[in-house]
Amino acid sequence: MNESKPLNEFFLGVRDELPILLGVVPFGMIFGILALNAGLSNLEAQAMSSVIFAGSAQFMVAKLLAESTPFFIIVISGFVINLRHALYSATLSPYLKGLSLKWKVLLSYLLTDEAFAVSVIHFQKNEDNSNKHWHLFGSGLTLWTSWQISTAVGIFVGAQIPEAWGLDFALPLTFIALVIPGLKDKPGLLVAATASIFSLIFFPLPFKLGMLMASFLAIGIGIWSEKK
Amino acid sequence: MNIWLLFLVLGVLTFLTRLSFIAIFDKVEPPRSLRKALRFVPIAVLSAIIGPEVFYANNTFLATLNNPKLFAALIATLVAYKTKSITWTIFSGMIAFWILRLFL
Repeated sequence: MNESKPLNEFFLGVRDELPILLGVVPFGMIFGILALNAGLSNLEAQAMSSVIFAGSAQFMVAKLLAESTPFFIIVISGFVINLRHALYSATLSPYLKGLSLKWKVLLSYLLTDEAFAVSVIHFQKNEDNSNKHWHLFGSGLTLWTSWQISTAVGIFVGAQIPEAWGLDFALPLTFIALVIPGLKDKPGLLVAATASIFSLIFFPLPFKLGMLMASFLAIGIGIWSEKK
Repeated sequence: MNIWLLFLVLGVLTFLTRLSFIAIFDKVEPPRSLRKALRFVPIAVLSAIIGPEVFYANNTFLATLNNPKLFAALIATLVAYKTKSITWTIFSGMIAFWILRLFL
């Protein structure tokens, strides 16, 4: 048993999330500016980051609003682009089993690509720890706070970090660091290879559906290769 | 259009999507085959995000040999393999990207 205390787990989550912020903060500032350009008020732009709290959906909604897209179409688009979160939800479910509804609501609100990425890797390594949900709380809250602040900076001050620095590259680099150490057997390697190759082929599909399809295909290949 | 209603609907839908299986699988045990499949999700999803981030810029596929991100990602992969450290991986990848960008 590896019984780490709640606060230890929380701060581990915070620490694990920090490197990703390098890419998230410029993204949040750009969102703030883009939302104003789409005709939203300061308050509306900030509210989008706290009510919806999903980066790629927010970018798309801002763009659709600027193009005067009908209400219903925006809702459907936002829903589809966020479908991948259902996959995260299913993946995290065994680790969050038995928690109170309050915890589930809080952690679900904070469940983003970036928090999922670092915390699911932590969960896989610390399955027996009954306080591990605090790690997701730490990573999720860290991302939430920086997303709110960077949106506000974008709205009120403008982009303070030049896009030319290419800091958005920190996101795939973090994900490389999370994936590579976990590739220990043939099924894992096949899953990673299939997902990355087909994510390129399916990339032109709208609403990030390419990423979902590539993931499903790769998971199928993984199951097949394990059975052989 | 009622912007606030739109945000509310999108916010609730996003939240319910995130809560969905965390709530359902707490009450209903998922089939064993599904549990096995879910173990592949992190590798699959993260790899599917990495791909386009490295190979696409502004929705255009980058011809491989003059794409600094590709070589920087390969260097970062080696560093991740050797060090298992997120910090070193980002550090080496960003430096490699900035240097390679000058030449490619």
